[in-house]
Amino acid sequence: MSKMTYSIPIGPVHPSLKEPVTLNFEIYGEHIEKVNLAPGDNHRGIEFMGRQRNPIQIIYLAERICGICSASHPFAFCRAVENAAGIEVPERAQYIRVIIAELERIHSHVLWAGLAAHEIGFDSVLYLSWRAREEVLDLLEYLTGNRINYGIFMIGGVRRDISKEQIPRVRKTLDFYKDIYSKIEDVFLNDPTIALRTKNVGILTKEDAIRLCAVGPTARASGINKDIRQDQPYSAYADLEVKAITPDILTGVVNGDVYDRVIVRLLEVVQSIQIIEQCLDNMPSGEIVAEKKLVKLLNQLKKAKGEGIGRHEAPRGEVIHYVKLNESELPEVWKARAPTYNNLMTWVPMLLGQQIADIPIVVASIDPCIACMDRVTILNKVNGQKSILTKKDLHKLSVQKTRRITP
Amino acid sequence: MEYMRPDEIVKLFKKRLNESAIIDSRIETKTAGLKKSIYSVIWLQIRLENFKEAIKLLCTIQFPHFAIISGNDIGEEIELIYHFSIYYAERFKEISINLTTRIPKKNLKIPTITDLIPGAQTAEREIKEMFGVTIEGLPNLPNIFLPQDFQKGVYPLRRDEKGVDKTVRKEDEVRKVE
Repeated sequence: MSKMTYSIPIGPVHPSLKEPVTLNFEIYGEHIEKVNLAPGDNHRGIEFMGRQRNPIQIIYLAERICGICSASHPFAFCRAVENAAGIEVPERAQYIRVIIAELERIHSHVLWAGLAAHEIGFDSVLYLSWRAREEVLDLLEYLTGNRINYGIFMIGGVRRDISKEQIPRVRKTLDFYKDIYSKIEDVFLNDPTIALRTKNVGILTKEDAIRLCAVGPTARASGINKDIRQDQPYSAYADLEVKAITPDILTGVVNGDVYDRVIVRLLEVVQSIQIIEQCLDNMPSGEIVAEKKLVKLLNQLKKAKGEGIGRHEAPRGEVIHYVKLNESELPEVWKARAPTYNNLMTWVPMLLGQQIADIPIVVASIDPCIACMDRVTILNKVNGQKSILTKKDLHKLSVQKTRRITP
Repeated sequence: MEYMRPDEIVKLFKKRLNESAIIDSRIETKTAGLKKSIYSVIWLQIRLENFKEAIKLLCTIQFPHFAIISGNDIGEEIELIYHFSIYYAERFKEISINLTTRIPKKNLKIPTITDLIPGAQTAEREIKEMFGVTIEGLPNLPNIFLPQDFQKGVYPLRRDEKGVDKTVRKEDEVRKVE
């Protein structure tokens, strides 16, 4: 066993994987003058692996692209295959898909809120918000069988139905979030320390966001009301009232700073609850999958010829998958792109001119799907000395800044 | 803002570019939900010589949202598909536009679009690394997805002799040897 060596092909990886990223900064005093992004070398070559798998197998591979977006990638992938092969999804399945995707958004945003608090040294909020996140994870386990990697998506529909008996349990969890929401809002939006650390920090202007093709809450916090659920509604979103959320809904102004990104994410939790409630009220009856027999489905896909794209608004922004089927068992091309891929570039304008202690919260503010920044190399311009700051050091600096500026 | 219909957009492309520039065009309409709301996807295949022109034309409609570039090795040529969307930020209005072009392997070069759309840089660097396509006008930056010491002249997503198939050892083959 120990002798066995693997040669892992390095494929196109999108930064949504838990992979290290190196940011090279040039700083002068406390100010960041230049930022260089260098994503790490820890690539799994997912798309290359997809070349040896049939479309149904790829669903499960796509699910493992990201642990948090584990409904978003299969959602986009299934839509791409359905578009390529011309498969119609039953309406009930479209509603179930949306419910799962929105539950995922709640858990992702609550997780992010906790992480953001942790980055500025507010650990009690981290514990409280992650405790709150447990409820939605339990609900996801109840509905799909898994807390993450739900395994519910299938080409042409979903694998599990939501029965009448299960609906009260879903509503109970939604009520739980409605109850605690005012507390979360109070902590994040009215707390003077959080405001001090997030207001006018890491600003991304609307022009930069458009130029760099930013997606998701990062773009919306800069005032672009871009949301695929609103712009190009798919699945059940076409029947529901979805409006892109920008920070001016609450405050009347758009600053594009970290604080605005907090507002957008918190309001989206409320929006997700409303979407799920609308889905539960209007859910049609009927089949949950277009073709129940997998062998038949595979045969159908084997004969299919065509190409298609599948887009989905994941918690972090647009996920897009492209699939080309060419009358063979394996798809000819599978391309996946996660939102962080587009948002990565926005770090540069956000970080320029900031202080080192602000790096953690600014970097975290786009909700990157990268484990953490691996390490940061800091070049001291005066004496040219090179030192490496670990995440621990940075975190310490960040916490110190919070203590320093808190009255 | 005035919104053009998908067929009008295709017509605009046909009118403003050379007649021979557009090899193939296709409009797909998809439905969603109980109300069967419609959204459109446009597929255009454009000749390499006119590709930059087509992107410029696209930018005149609205600054497009750039999603990603997909690549495909189809033998003598590399096919690149640029996925865009326009009319975003408005309910039911967004139209996806996919521009396809084919580059012969003998002369693997395509002009950069980062001068028009800076957000495309990561995707262009990825295509450069994975397919060995020279992006003209893109600054010579280090590898973004591949390791810095990755073998020169090997492109992981190519299907020909420049691909990585030879260096890949599949698990069952390794077991057989042992």
